[in-house]
Order: sequence, then C-alpha cells, then structure tokens
Amino acid sequence: MADPLLTFTEQGIYCPRGDFYIDPWRPVDRALITHGHADHARWGMGHYLATDLAAPVMRHRLGDISLETVRYGEPRDIGGVTVSFHPAGHVPGSAQIRVEHGGAVWVASGDYKVVDDGLSTPFEPVACDHFITESTFGLPVFRWKPQAEVAADLNAWWAACADAGQTAVLGAYALGKAQRLLSMLDPAIGPILCHTAIENTNAILRDQGLRLHDTVPATADVDPKAHPRALLMAPPSATDSKWAAKFGARQTGFASGWMALRGIRRRRAQDRGFVISDHADWTGLLWAIEQTGAENIYVTHGYTEIFTRYLNSAGWNAQVIPTQFGSEEEDAA
Amino acid sequence: MNRFAALFNALDQSTKTTAKVAALAEYFADAPEPDRVWTIAMFSGRRPKRAVTTTRLREWAAERAGIPLWLFEESYPIVGDLAETIALVLPPPTRQTDHSLSHWINALRGLAETDDEARKAFVLDAWDQLPDTQRFLFNKLITGGFRVGISQKLMTRALARATDRDEAELAHRLMGNWQPESITWHQLIEADDRQADAARPYPFYLAYGLDDAPEDLGPPEDWQAEWKWDGIRGQLILRGGQHFVWSRGEELMTDRFPELARALDFLPDGTVLDGELLAWGDGVPQSFNALQKRIGRKTVPKKLLSEAPVILYAYDLLEDGGADIRALPLSERRARLEALTADLPPEAPVKLSPRIAFDDWAQLHAIRATARDAQAEGLMLKRAASPYLAGRKKGDWWKWKLDPLTIDAVMIYAQSGAGRRANLFTDFTFAVWNGNDLVPFTKAYSGLTDAEFRKITAWVKKNTLQRFGPVRQVTPHHVFEIAFEGIQASPRHKSGVALRFPRMSRWRQDKRVQEANTLDDLNEMLRIYG
Ligand SMILES: [Zn+2]
Ligand SMILES: [Zn+2]
Repeated sequence: MADPLLTFTEQGIYCPRGDFYIDPWRPVDRALITHGHADHARWGMGHYLATDLAAPVMRHRLGDISLETVRYGEPRDIGGVTVSFHPAGHVPGSAQIRVEHGGAVWVASGDYKVVDDGLSTPFEPVACDHFITESTFGLPVFRWKPQAEVAADLNAWWAACADAGQTAVLGAYALGKAQRLLSMLDPAIGPILCHTAIENTNAILRDQGLRLHDTVPATADVDPKAHPRALLMAPPSATDSKWAAKFGARQTGFASGWMALRGIRRRRAQDRGFVISDHADWTGLLWAIEQTGAENIYVTHGYTEIFTRYLNSAGWNAQVIPTQFGSEEEDAA
Repeated sequence: MNRFAALFNALDQSTKTTAKVAALAEYFADAPEPDRVWTIAMFSGRRPKRAVTTTRLREWAAERAGIPLWLFEESYPIVGDLAETIALVLPPPTRQTDHSLSHWINALRGLAETDDEARKAFVLDAWDQLPDTQRFLFNKLITGGFRVGISQKLMTRALARATDRDEAELAHRLMGNWQPESITWHQLIEADDRQADAARPYPFYLAYGLDDAPEDLGPPEDWQAEWKWDGIRGQLILRGGQHFVWSRGEELMTDRFPELARALDFLPDGTVLDGELLAWGDGVPQSFNALQKRIGRKTVPKKLLSEAPVILYAYDLLEDGGADIRALPLSERRARLEALTADLPPEAPVKLSPRIAFDDWAQLHAIRATARDAQAEGLMLKRAASPYLAGRKKGDWWKWKLDPLTIDAVMIYAQSGAGRRANLFTDFTFAVWNGNDLVPFTKAYSGLTDAEFRKITAWVKKNTLQRFGPVRQVTPHHVFEIAFEGIQASPRHKSGVALRFPRMSRWRQDKRVQEANTLDDLNEMLRIYG
C-alpha cells in the first residue's frame, strides 16, 4: 500500500507529499485553514491558505499574516498534490479541505453542520475515500430541531422579556453563532444591541456582503434607557459581567448544542437555553459520512471513542485521531 | 400533561426563587386537585410504585430509536439521567394528546396487573404522543427522582400562598406517611387535623453554619451550647404504644434501629424527641465509622446490634404528654427534657445530650478546640428563648464546626462528570509522595468553581498520558489542597487511609508538585485524628 496522503502528527494533520498542514496547532511553515475559529486558525504559521470568505476574519484575529486565498471549489497544486476548499456550512467562510493525489482522495472537514442556516454557504458533500470528521455531538441524544422552531422560541422569549420591561441578554460566540442568531431574530420586537467583540465581526462580515439585521454597537457609553425592548448579544463570558449589569433588569439566554442536556443548561444557571449549534447533530454526522462514500473514517474532537465504535459496528473502517481542537470553542458549540 | 410540563419548565428554567414560588403557587391554585396532590408527592420524593423496570425501559428505548443497546448505555452516563436519555434518543412523536398528570399516573399504576407485552405497547404508545418535556416527565413518573430545586420550604411557601394557610402548619401536614393514591387535596391540605396519623413527625429545625466567631451573637448567657454530634439526625416518636424513627430527609428508619423500640419501656406515651442517632460504647459516643456499618442496612444482623448498638442522644423535646410544645422557649423544653430523662437507666436507648456550661465566649473557643476528643464535629449554639421552628431559619440555631483537616495533594487521574457536568472533568484522584512515588489516597469531586472546572478540563485534554476507559491519567503537575472531616485506617486503600468528606478546598497554583505532602504526613494525621 502506498504511503497515506495525510498523516496525523504532533503538529496536526500533515501531508508529507505536499509538505503542508491542515489546522495545525503548533507553528509550521505552510498551513491550510478550514475556518477562523481560534482552535483551528492559530497564530504563528509561516504561510496561511484559506477561503476568500474566511480571510477577513482571520486577518482581524491574527493580524498581519502571510495569507493566500482561494474560492470554494478552486483547485490548487501544492507540490504535485491537488487541494481544494468546499463549503462546510459551519460558519461563514468555513471549508472542508479536499486533498488528492494519484487517485486517492482525502477530505478533512474541520467543523461542519449539514443544515442550511441561511448565512453560511451550505455544506456540500465531497466524495472521497478517506474522511476526517469531527464528533462534537456524536451521540444519539443530540438531534436538532428545525431552525424555524427554535427561532420561534427565541423570539417568544425576547418578546416576553420586552413586555416585562427586561433586557434579553443572549450569549453567543462572536464568529458564526452570533450572526446566525441575528438572522433568526425578529427586529420588529425591538432593537438589537451587540457587544463590541460581536459588532466587530458583524462589520467584517457585512463588508464582505453578508446581509445582517441592523444592530446597535453596545459600547461603553451606550445609554440602555435609549433602547427599550432591546435584546443584547454578548460573548458568553460577558453576559454576567458588570458591563451587562448596567442594562438593568434582565434575563440571560444561551444558545449552544449543549443546551440539549438539562444538566448543562442548569449548570450554566442561565434563564433560558436554546439548542442551536454550528456543528452537525447525530443524524447530520451520519448523513454526511454516508454521503462522502468514504470507507475510512478518522474521528476527531468530541465523543471520539463512542462515535468510532458505532461507525465500526455499522460497517465503516473508523479510527480515533487525537487532536487539540475543541476546548474554548467547544463550550459554545 | 401540558399544565404539569409548563410548571416543570417554569421551575427548571428559572434560577430565581421568587419566580419558582410564583409558578408553583399558580399551579396549586388552578391545576386539577388530584394533579396537585401528586405534584406535592413527587416533589417531596414520593412516586407511584414502579410499573416497569428500568432495564426494560432502556431496551425499548434503544429499539424504538434504532440504536444498539450499548450505544444507549454509553450515552446514559453522559446525559446523567435515564428519563432524559430516553426522551432524547426517541424519534419525535407522531401525534399529540393532552391527558392530565393523574391520568398518566393512574394508567401507569394499572400496568401492575398486565404482562410485559401490554406494558411495552403502552409505553411505546405514550412515547409516541408526548413531546419533549412531557415525554421526559412521563419517564420520570416511572423512574422517580424529580430534582427541580424545589425544597420542601419553597413548596410549602407556595402552598401557603395558594391556600392562604399558615406555612408552618402546612409543613407539618406534609410530613409523615400519607399516600398520594388514597388521599385527596381536601384531606391533605384543608381538612381538620389528621389525628389518625400517629407516625407523623414534626418538621426538623435546621441550623445555619456560623461563619464568624460567636462574639457577635450577643451576651453568652442568652445561649445554650452543646456538642455537634457526628451521627444521623433523628426524630423519635412514641405515640399510641408504637415508636417511629424519622430521618431529617423524612425517611422512616424505624426498622433500621430496632434498639430504639425499648424506648417505650422507659419513656411515656405522647413523647417526641429530637436528637442524634449515634453508635454507643463504653459509656461514650463512638466515631461515625462505627455507625457507618449500620447505614444502608434495612435489617440488622444480631452481631452488629451488639457490636455497634445505636442510641438517640436527645437534645430537644417537641411533644410532651401528647401536647405539641414547640412554641415554648428552648429553656423550658430543655428543663422538661432533663426531667423526662433524669432517671433513665444505662440500658435505655435514649440518653440526654449534655449542655456545655461556659461563662464567656473565650472559654467556649477553648472548648470547641477539644471537640474531636469528644467525637464531636464542633459545637451547636441555640438561643435559650427560641421556639422550635420548622426548616432552616437563620438566627436561633447555629452550628460552629471545627475547621476541616487539610493536605496538599497531586492530581493524577481525571474523569468527566455526569449530568450537569457532563462535558467537564470533575472527578479527580489525588496522591501524596512516598519517596519518588505518588500514592493515590483519595478522590474528590467538589469544591472548585465552574470556571476552575473549565480551566482544568482544558488542561486535562492536553495533558492526558493514558486512558483507562473513561479515566485519564494525567501528567502530575497540579497541586490541590484537599479538605476533609475525618481520617481512618483502611486496608482496602493503597495508601492505608480513608478520608471522610474529602473535597478540593483550593487549587494551589502557587505550589510545585514537589511541594505536595507525603504519605508520612498522612500517617501522622491518622495517628492524631484517626
Ligand atoms: Zn469551529
Ligand atoms: Zn473546532
């Protein structure tokens, strides 16, 4: 058997033939990046390659880096290996990376979700022999409801807060989750205020042509009284801060796939948990894997052992790949 | 079950007590009466007799969800709750109905008469018509264990608001042996007193911990001091020629402590005592370790009865000559208790827990320091003029415990938690040095903040040396201060010791691993405090 096209090393997923890494977690010379989340796009690489849609956020976060961009589906030759980026549906600009050489096709999917959120370019299955998949929600207890149903709950909660004279404070990860929630909110209920961290990302995405509802930057000098019936969106760490306290009587909500579990909902001690995730649920993961037609599945961050065991019992040739994805991002997944 | 599910969601979603009480009060005012009775029953730990085994439930759920049973079993500990795991794995319902809570409970009770086939058909059919929360609650009706953060106190407060009745009186009504199957709302809440219920205990009065020194409590002569015993809080009821023993958790423990039956020979009918159940030997209380052999046993072999006989160390008198005397001041109740117990012979299974005489607070500080010698955990301070209240109320009763023992230890294994901590590493094993080796000596689960748990979780993921199933061996790097209440020799443990109530009291990020304590230090503690 020929040497594998992709290998799993201390630095991350590596292609020896093309001499490049995918989402490496230690500084390397050439890095292909699936998307701008902190556990995938890290600091210190010699050269970065990412989609044109992911690039502005990466520049914002990583500063002055050597970054080349490609469009979805555009092939690139790196040392005789053909690479291309394909929509992963995870957040705007996120990609699966297809790597081909000598008839063998590998796909590293980064983080993905298979339902269309109306904002990110929808997930496209890519046929391959070897598929590297995440498993953040790789248990049968995770099954997402249709987005419209959750949006109705979210807006009902906001409207009830507004009617009771309370500010609805919604915790959301700045890249992806925040804009998705924004698209689900009904601006007829009241104004939408955004924490600076989120507002900065909003501005970048608006610049690249994404249509988002109007928002009010919740800067230090914003007067809460000037915005009755407001919904305030903030990174999870800020929802209970002094900064949030100046918005007076309020309820806090948090949106994440983890909110499907009552225990976790209660631990976070939020008033409301909304089950909305940027990751595929159990059904979505299995569907995606099926669609690739791959025989060999490599399972990374999440419930790796259990998910792998299930895949093997269902006829795939699956194995666990230890990675350093997840951590800070995982909690807000 | 819509109404009950709405109540449950309101309670579950809110972190604010006032909102919970309001939701409950509204429910007690407008839900159907049989549903109210069952709600009170379930929130105070009662449930209908289990009609289906949990084994069958798991099998049916896995089958219905189209997943192998092992996958269900792997998911369950991560979710941390069986009823919830089932509700989550099942496909969405195909139709929706709205039967009352009592309808479902009665239907489940009817299952007792049927066979396995019929039970399965019934349960699958129920799952297929109940969405989300209702499905979860239906499962809870079978498995039991509602934990909604509703204390008896909050429930009583809500009932008082809904019915315009006195809170303490309602608390007393809800105590004891009533059966939700056979009691009506009127009998439970509204009817004149349920005289027939001889076993009914009084609500326990619970003390708050004293954070500061007692000097702030005012003149020492207003206070009565006692040892705080390290046993099981119990209420002994002698009525109608029968005796009943209740735990603080409202569990009837009469059969577990048969020694106490003889109390009827020495004390008059119409007596109710509050005190501590303790193992007794050589004329003094024995350590909690001696009592521990008796815990969890429903019946007691003869040998254990003579090895670790149990007494009630009485410190309060709640009923005297058949009259409820809780409203009398403690000094008066104490005088009656002392009179009642004055002539008890040594073989009586009830003894008087002594008062500790003291002149000033300074003296009491010195006495408290000797608590471990007396097999006590510290002191109790009770206001002499106070009535016996119901539940935990600040002001009249204080526990002034000894500071815990502590040792600095190295974290060597980590395991993820269940339920509310399913995605965090929260269960750790700690070791002390023995030469160049780290010897594990205890596990601990609690004591850190959620932020600290998140931080340590991220660290564990990056510093795993080896996996043994759910357990990860990690690089010895972090030192934690472990606090505990007691230590005893234990041949079952590699370290030779076992700790009582160990928890992480501090994350010693200022200490390097080499600075953790040693096995010799631990043995020295065993010598002094064991
Ligand atoms: Zn991501
Ligand atoms: Zn990720």
